[in-house]
Amino acid sequence: MGETVSLSLSRRHEVARALRAFLPARAVLFEEEDTRPYECDGLTAYRQLPMVVALPETEEQVRRILQLCASMRVPVVPRGAGTGLSGGALPLGDGVLLSMAKFMRVLRVDPRARLAVVQPGVRNAAISEAAAPHGLYYAPDPSSQIACTIGGNVAENSGGVHCLKYGLTVHNVLRVRGYTIDGEPLELGAEAPDAPGLDLLALAVGSEGMLFVVTEVTVKLLPKPQCARVIMASFDDVEKAGDAVAEIIAAGIIPAGLEMMDRPATRAVEQFVGAGYDLEAAAILLCESDGTPAEVEDEIARMEAVLTAAGAVRLAVSRDEAERLRFWSGRKAAFPAVGRISPDYYCMDGTIPRKRLGEVLHFIAALEKKYGLRCPNVFHAGDGNLHPLILFDANNAEELHRTEQFAAEVLEKCVAVGGTITGEHGVGVEKINQMCTQFRPDELELFHAVKLAFDARALLNPGKAVPTLARCAEYGRMHVHGGALPHPELPRF
Amino acid sequence: MQDQIRSAAARAAPLRLRGGGSKDFYGNPPRGELLDTRGYAGIVDYEPSELVLSARAGTPLAEIEQALAERGQCLPFEPPHFGEATLGGCLAAGLSGPRRAAAGALRDFVLGVKLVDGRGRMLEFGGRVMKNVAGYDVSRLVAGSLGTLGVIAEASLKVLPRPPAERTLRFDMDQPAALDAMNVWAGEPLPISASAWHEGALHLRLSGSAAAVQAAAPRLGGTEVADGAALWRAIREQTHAFFGGEEPLWRIAVPSTAAPLALSGAQLLEWNGGLRWLRSSAGAQEIRAAAKRAGGHATLFRARDKSSGVFTPLDPVLLRLHRGLKSAFDPAGILNPGRMYAEF
Repeated sequence: MGETVSLSLSRRHEVARALRAFLPARAVLFEEEDTRPYECDGLTAYRQLPMVVALPETEEQVRRILQLCASMRVPVVPRGAGTGLSGGALPLGDGVLLSMAKFMRVLRVDPRARLAVVQPGVRNAAISEAAAPHGLYYAPDPSSQIACTIGGNVAENSGGVHCLKYGLTVHNVLRVRGYTIDGEPLELGAEAPDAPGLDLLALAVGSEGMLFVVTEVTVKLLPKPQCARVIMASFDDVEKAGDAVAEIIAAGIIPAGLEMMDRPATRAVEQFVGAGYDLEAAAILLCESDGTPAEVEDEIARMEAVLTAAGAVRLAVSRDEAERLRFWSGRKAAFPAVGRISPDYYCMDGTIPRKRLGEVLHFIAALEKKYGLRCPNVFHAGDGNLHPLILFDANNAEELHRTEQFAAEVLEKCVAVGGTITGEHGVGVEKINQMCTQFRPDELELFHAVKLAFDARALLNPGKAVPTLARCAEYGRMHVHGGALPHPELPRF
Repeated sequence: MQDQIRSAAARAAPLRLRGGGSKDFYGNPPRGELLDTRGYAGIVDYEPSELVLSARAGTPLAEIEQALAERGQCLPFEPPHFGEATLGGCLAAGLSGPRRAAAGALRDFVLGVKLVDGRGRMLEFGGRVMKNVAGYDVSRLVAGSLGTLGVIAEASLKVLPRPPAERTLRFDMDQPAALDAMNVWAGEPLPISASAWHEGALHLRLSGSAAAVQAAAPRLGGTEVADGAALWRAIREQTHAFFGGEEPLWRIAVPSTAAPLALSGAQLLEWNGGLRWLRSSAGAQEIRAAAKRAGGHATLFRARDKSSGVFTPLDPVLLRLHRGLKSAFDPAGILNPGRMYAEF
């Protein structure tokens, strides 16, 4: 035991020394008090101190760090702002945590070409701020947009509340530049509408930092709609609200945003931000229309008619921009609000076909009773993307265990109804076991082969996103759901 | 299909994947035994309120568009048919039509695929939901892969409502003025759904709610064209007079703001200037160099002589990645070998 500790200590010093040969001392952290802030990302239930943290400031430094790690066989975990919810940036105890936090510059905003070239550490919201003087904005708006970075958005293919109309990260990124683990430069996509060869950009977006490291991103900017209004519709029954969503789309309307919250969620939010939600309603829908004033007026009237016919008991339409933002403030603050009514919460991210919503919500309600845990629901209804939030206390190990079982059952239900275990948060370490439910061994094997085409020694973010077949066999046999790794010694990549 | 692939893999015999044959002209010449996907056809599932349609590879594209039209929906990327196109061929070619700059490209609407890889294994990626980040996004990678990674057996696509109102406007202007106008207007909140410039005339199509089209038209000016739909169909299907004749047709993709390309021959511009069709007998090297200087790339789209290569060559790192992916999906190298690049 003591020998292992001293071996790993000497390895740490060896790697740190090699990094300091070309990085300033402040950019190489290895003392515990310095590496502690990097021990987890937004999925705080999982923690691991990295062996070394590297904080490069230039592309050349990134290239050299990767080359060095490849030659020393040190695994590398890239990290943006650390807001990810699936543990994609969870460090490795024998690896380098590569923080891209210092890549914070907006390099170019080109209003004529409607694009921005930014470094990966630029915050999502900062892109829209930089584009605003030109009447343009960057559309994907994950709820963490004030903190999360575009590099992390690319890694996770992040969504937001306006995806149905404006798409995910993959639809709004034109080009990325970066380096392979061997330090070779790579440019995927283009400012032109497409690039020659296979669409590797599509493959790169959402690859959870496992294929290469991104050092520059070109995003599409859209003209800011002239105006937007939102309807808050109240329903006395959750299923009716779900049906109303389908009715709106069947009527040929693609709302700019279409969100649903159930009563436990609206009550939690209302105490926190005072968004003006209808607390008597079993569920509320937020339906946004944007465009020219004439278009919005027309669409709001059509949505009101559909919602009324679908059984909405009350409708409130935002009268001005302040009220619109207030209606949205509650939705965007849903996670922190829930964080205030419970010591901990566990956020899920399954996507289902919209028509199965009622069934899945009933299933979740039954699980609340089965596990004795509360679970408010917020839901990107237009996209079929559910975020049930299980409330628990992490200090109670038994409750954490119940939470993980609850979550695993929900995700497996999502797969069973034709959906997916993750809509926008990524697999990371969190949902790696459920990947065994969603994919067959042949498919997982192909994912591994794809990774090896980019990273032959599996050094980039190993152990995330794609389980080994051995792990799935273990998972299936042991029926260990969610959470804690039963056999951390199993090979993973 | 799986049996045919397994047998071909065992014999290392190349297979030529083909649907309706409408795009036999595209890419490097096909070779190998024929694998015809047309027997595997039919719409599997279509739920208008889910905005998702799933169909088998051999389903005629026309049948899919008909089914969508009956429910007031459409394929927003307006893929060309070029004849009796099938869904599988449409996805494998990855071509998008006039609405691409406004609505997105074909790959943006791919939600999931069932794919038979080069070992004859039926694999499933993505799904039938709008958001799905489980595993690598193989279904979008397969779009436009020209059958080099697998046989697309079935696909699920996101579909959208057809715009209730459309109007086509014509503006007389030269190419620099048209490029300027297209890029400026694309940066404003206007419902422009297609653009095309050719021989001194810029055409724009407005699509959206009646109110939006009504409001935008007077702001833009120009003159209304009576049969706009016919014009956009002719551009999409390349039946427009520009596309006739024997001269090689180049498809040049550049940043939309790139200056006019100084190349001999006639040009037709689409996608706010991002796509420049060129009829020219100029040398491939000259055309590729001009495209590269402008920040883009050139594809020899239609030509009798393709000896200069169809697609812009890849740099060594990208080529290595392509080869690695090819051997991951098709270790025996039997699926449409050489159709995209001679190297795989």
